[in-house]
Amino acid sequence: MRNILCRALVDRAADPDFVFLTGDLGYKALEPLRDALGPRFINAGVAEQNMIAVAAGLTRIGLRPWVYSIAPFVYARPFEQIRNDLCLHNLPVKLVGNGGGYGYGVMGGTHHALEDYGALLSLLNMRVFVPAFADDVPALIEKLDHLAGPAYLRLGSVEEPKDFALPAYAPWRRILDGGGPTLLVVGSLAGSLLAGLAGADARQRPSLWVLAELPITDLPAAFLDDLRRSGHLYVVEEHVPRGSAGQMLAHQLLTAGAAPRRFTHRAAQGYPSGRYGSQKFHRRECGIDPETLLAELLQVEVV
Amino acid sequence: MPEVSLIHATIRRARLRLLQMHFESGVGHIGGNLSALDTLLCLYHQVLQADDAFILSKGHAAGALYVTLWTCGQLQDEDLQQFHQDGTRLSGHPPPHGIPGILFATGSLGHGLGLATGMALGKKLKAEPGRVFCLMSDGEWDEGANWEAIIFARQHNLDNLTFIVDANGLQGWGTTQEIANLEPLAEKFRAFGLVTDEIDGHDPAALIATLRREPGGPRAIIARTVKGHGISFMEHKMEWHYLPLTAPLYEQAVREVTERCAISSAEPS
Repeated sequence: MRNILCRALVDRAADPDFVFLTGDLGYKALEPLRDALGPRFINAGVAEQNMIAVAAGLTRIGLRPWVYSIAPFVYARPFEQIRNDLCLHNLPVKLVGNGGGYGYGVMGGTHHALEDYGALLSLLNMRVFVPAFADDVPALIEKLDHLAGPAYLRLGSVEEPKDFALPAYAPWRRILDGGGPTLLVVGSLAGSLLAGLAGADARQRPSLWVLAELPITDLPAAFLDDLRRSGHLYVVEEHVPRGSAGQMLAHQLLTAGAAPRRFTHRAAQGYPSGRYGSQKFHRRECGIDPETLLAELLQVEVV
Repeated sequence: MPEVSLIHATIRRARLRLLQMHFESGVGHIGGNLSALDTLLCLYHQVLQADDAFILSKGHAAGALYVTLWTCGQLQDEDLQQFHQDGTRLSGHPPPHGIPGILFATGSLGHGLGLATGMALGKKLKAEPGRVFCLMSDGEWDEGANWEAIIFARQHNLDNLTFIVDANGLQGWGTTQEIANLEPLAEKFRAFGLVTDEIDGHDPAALIATLRREPGGPRAIIARTVKGHGISFMEHKMEWHYLPLTAPLYEQAVREVTERCAISSAEPS
């Protein structure tokens, strides 16, 4: 998704108030943006705390900064700067984290972002956006650029099937109808699951929903209708359960008196074996790889 | 400089109001407010121009900033009477909203310089006039984010950025030398490529002249100050970071400020 991000941001380069900061990352990806922005492309060095504070300062001069790094480096290292300098003041700084979840695979735990949106959503005014499909990225950039407050864009990989007509971006989308459980997915995994579910028996397969914006502020009527139909909510996300979309959704449903009879949550579990590998390896260890999920989902019966 | 004799009267008035505010609210942080007050008053009354900006990084000197804004007419007596009270705009550290002229909430140390650096860069990018000033503590230089900021400021040649270190030599639980000795600080700043001055932070003439000078690069001013300046029982005492004033001590402090400032204002400028 990083190259798509770059292209979409290059399209905004003519806006004199658009500024981009990177924590010395983006090699072989962001060069077109660097060339398009000139002095408004700022390599802030390996100094993420200062990078966030600088971005906050830039907003006081009327600029709209976007700040980029590998996901854990952009939210965890400068967490207090995000909390105090951005969120307390509700400043329009957009954080972009590349490689959400296990995206950096065998690079190891320091490079994974398993708790990023949970941690960030504990902060005042912060909003989180998780594109699931390639075309979501430019749509979200357009949306974020007009947000008056801080936001975090969590980028993943492109996993969607090429031959499937995807609906345009929306915070909540039903991608597939089905007679099975109500499946809600956050992030790129939705693409791999879609590829496996699209050809399955529509009476048995789950209805597939994609959620791309957090925190959850309202529950669409169509989603609640679908949940009443199935009685089983099945949430998948590449994030630890604490602070996850699944927890937020469960809270929202309980508060609304709309809790389903069954709730299944498949999420990141850290490093169960203590071993490291590709994103695929880590997903499989946590039971959130497409193969494991599809096998379970297509056998699950409506209660 | 005629402005120096004027500032002495403002300093006296501000010190007395600061003591009154802290006494009435029953809160501490007086020592570091008194070390920073002269710098703030010189900045606000003699240096800052319409296009300039100021950030207080040592947020625990909020009292001194509020009183300085009061001397400028930006806060009123009724505001200062609400200092530290329930429902106040004037929290113990500068708030994010609600007080014109306060650009950022500060209080966790090591934030203000990065914020000021961002503003200075923004002015450069937009070709806007004006300088950005930031007042910091010396203990604050334990924070790594400040060193990130000066590397960045030098790299981008932010000659519209000036920070002042209120070097009173005391931090949270001891002297700066005992806890994390960074001296000689001026040499370190110069090694990072900053234009650096070291002055008496209670000498208004030196403060005004140095703050007004064209920087020629990102600028550091180490203002050597005294914690609890002007109050005999507070000077150089770490505990006055924390202690509130009792009634007898408040009366003694007022007497000392009144007598000392009477002498200062009579000195030739």
